Amino acid sequence: MSVMTYGEAIRDGLRQAMKADERVYIFGEDVGQFGGVYGITKGLINEFGEKRVRNTPLSEGAIIGEAIGAAIAGLRPVPEIQFSDFMTTAFSMVVDMAAPYRFRLGTKVPIVIRAPSGGGLRVGPYHSKCTEAWYFHVPGLKIVVPSTPSDAKGLLMSAIEDDDPVLFFEHKKLYYEIREEVPEGIHRVPLGKAVVRRSGGHVTLITYGAMVHLALKAAGQLATEGIEMEVVDLRTLVPLDEETMLGSFRKTNRVIILHEAPMRGGVGAELESLICEKAFDALAAPPVRIAAKMTPVPVSPILEDFYLPSAQEVIDAAKRLVQY
Amino acid sequence: MGASSIRTISYEPAKEDVVPLTQNQLLEIYYYLLLTRTLENKVEYICKSQNLAAPLIIGKGYLSTGQEAISVGAAYALEEGDWLAPSHRDMGAHLVRGFTPKEIFLQYFCRASSVTWGRDSNVHFGDVSKRILGFASHMGSLTPVANGVAMAMRYRGEKNVVLSPFGDGASSQGIVHEALNYAAVNKLAVVFVLNNNHYAISTPIEQQTMVESLSLRAAGYGMVGKTIDGNSVLEVYKTVKEAVDRARRGEGPSLIECKTMRMGGHGTHDAMTYIPKNLLENWKRRDPIVGYERYLVEEKGISHDQTESVARRIEGEIEEALEFARSQPLPKAEDLLRER
Ligand SMILES: Cc1ncc(C[n+]2csc(CCOP(=O)(O)OP(=O)(O)O)c2C)c(N)n1
Repeated sequence: MSVMTYGEAIRDGLRQAMKADERVYIFGEDVGQFGGVYGITKGLINEFGEKRVRNTPLSEGAIIGEAIGAAIAGLRPVPEIQFSDFMTTAFSMVVDMAAPYRFRLGTKVPIVIRAPSGGGLRVGPYHSKCTEAWYFHVPGLKIVVPSTPSDAKGLLMSAIEDDDPVLFFEHKKLYYEIREEVPEGIHRVPLGKAVVRRSGGHVTLITYGAMVHLALKAAGQLATEGIEMEVVDLRTLVPLDEETMLGSFRKTNRVIILHEAPMRGGVGAELESLICEKAFDALAAPPVRIAAKMTPVPVSPILEDFYLPSAQEVIDAAKRLVQY
Repeated sequence: MGASSIRTISYEPAKEDVVPLTQNQLLEIYYYLLLTRTLENKVEYICKSQNLAAPLIIGKGYLSTGQEAISVGAAYALEEGDWLAPSHRDMGAHLVRGFTPKEIFLQYFCRASSVTWGRDSNVHFGDVSKRILGFASHMGSLTPVANGVAMAMRYRGEKNVVLSPFGDGASSQGIVHEALNYAAVNKLAVVFVLNNNHYAISTPIEQQTMVESLSLRAAGYGMVGKTIDGNSVLEVYKTVKEAVDRARRGEGPSLIECKTMRMGGHGTHDAMTYIPKNLLENWKRRDPIVGYERYLVEEKGISHDQTESVARRIEGEIEEALEFARSQPLPKAEDLLRER
């Protein structure tokens, strides 16, 4: 074990995967000597050479297209998209080409698209979005949203070994902020297994990605007031671990669903409807969704703090739920 | 291929004989060049020296240092009713087209009264009332929108032109190719200005394209293409003016590649260690503002006193704008939900 930041753990995951499997290679805008805009691929070009770490033109569509073709032809490409926001310029490649390929032709398309996403860094509407819901709707894609360094490494290694196209959304605010002990060498965290980050019997909070940390903060505060909130970190949205999610909810009968992306049509809507359809009998109070405001992401710190979900909103919701 | 294979163009300011400019206009161009440089130097200084716990500028500065001649020269070739579809290194064009230093600082400081109400910052702004489409981060994404503006003007029988700049990096985007082809087919009144500053963030031009001159691509769309010295403001002005006139006459779009060098990091946070020192030194000798000033003094009979008084005036304007913007209120949280 050694202590790593979230960003370092991702780099280590890439290193281990590249060492373990010759077919794994990475490419994208500025990923070479520069190491990508967040420095995540720094040093990999020295270790693995230009064949396996390659700068590309500013061409997301061509980058994802290459990944799809190379995967079909037997490699395990791990392209980096500089900001998840810019994957829109490759949207057709992702949803029309990669996603239905295996369904149509039986051919596996093992690619992992790494993309920093999320807000809190005051970088505005084009560098802060959480876009997972846009892809959540599309059959054929897997979606991973790690919240801790160990998970980031372990989920990345599993994603690279997976035979389907995986979108790997890294939260850029966690890159340098979060650190913990991470297992050395090969480390796998299976896709589709949620984890209970904190247990509690009064109310369940279901979330993923950076919001896990917000939830834990709120849970700590609630505990001082005698409310025990269980925090479920989904880790992957597709496949979705319904069992852990519903199991926790059946224990507490009260649920908050939290995500950073805006509410309308978000992943939370699906989670809430699953709970209502599959465990209606267990509901002691109406489920609550907490999400960002329904606006593009603003830059001004005052506006962005108001835009993003807050620990206070979670605390208030939990109190309302237990008193319902 | 190394950076040394980049073709250099000797600095020879174009003579303005084709399009005569008055002494006042020549000085006005100087004013905009220096205003851009002074303003951006200030932005850089603030970004690097500010208290990060309570920053004045939110985010980073994306500056045009060393390549101001492209933005200023191209925008100077426009007329009153023409439009600008800017890129992220077009401070000069914004100033030429009527944005004031006060408005720019309000934007950088995310104040409530900024043109974006503090919702966006730095170079992410525009103002349709000034006929400036707001820059959007997605590289090259304004090029098809520029076409739409040109289409609307033709629809109404107006004789105006859209200036659509973008970078060498952006030129690899599929949408840019779509837009260029579309503009050519429809003979739209758009002038595409490609700032080739030899880098897209850290990636040198050799890793982005195999063509020596990106204007060669124009031939493939059936439009006029030209590669020029982007550090000569008069050459930019003259070439863009010809293209603007051609577009205004209904003869279709052009692609003008302006070769230049980004003389700073991608943004104020970037120490640009990846750019070879000698490359920067070579380009520094061809600084567009120094070269133009020398030309004004040596060949146009403009005195040092005149250029210095322009510089003094600019210093005053910038200081005043800075103080003004600093004193303006920040947005309130609820402003996020206010409708525009
Ligand atoms: C579609 C898209 N992908 C990636 C980015 C991230 N990015 C911002 S600027 C930049 C390089 C732009 O290079 P160029 O167009 O040459 O302009 P320059 O910055 O050199 O003026 C990149 C890759 C982006 N803004 N848009």
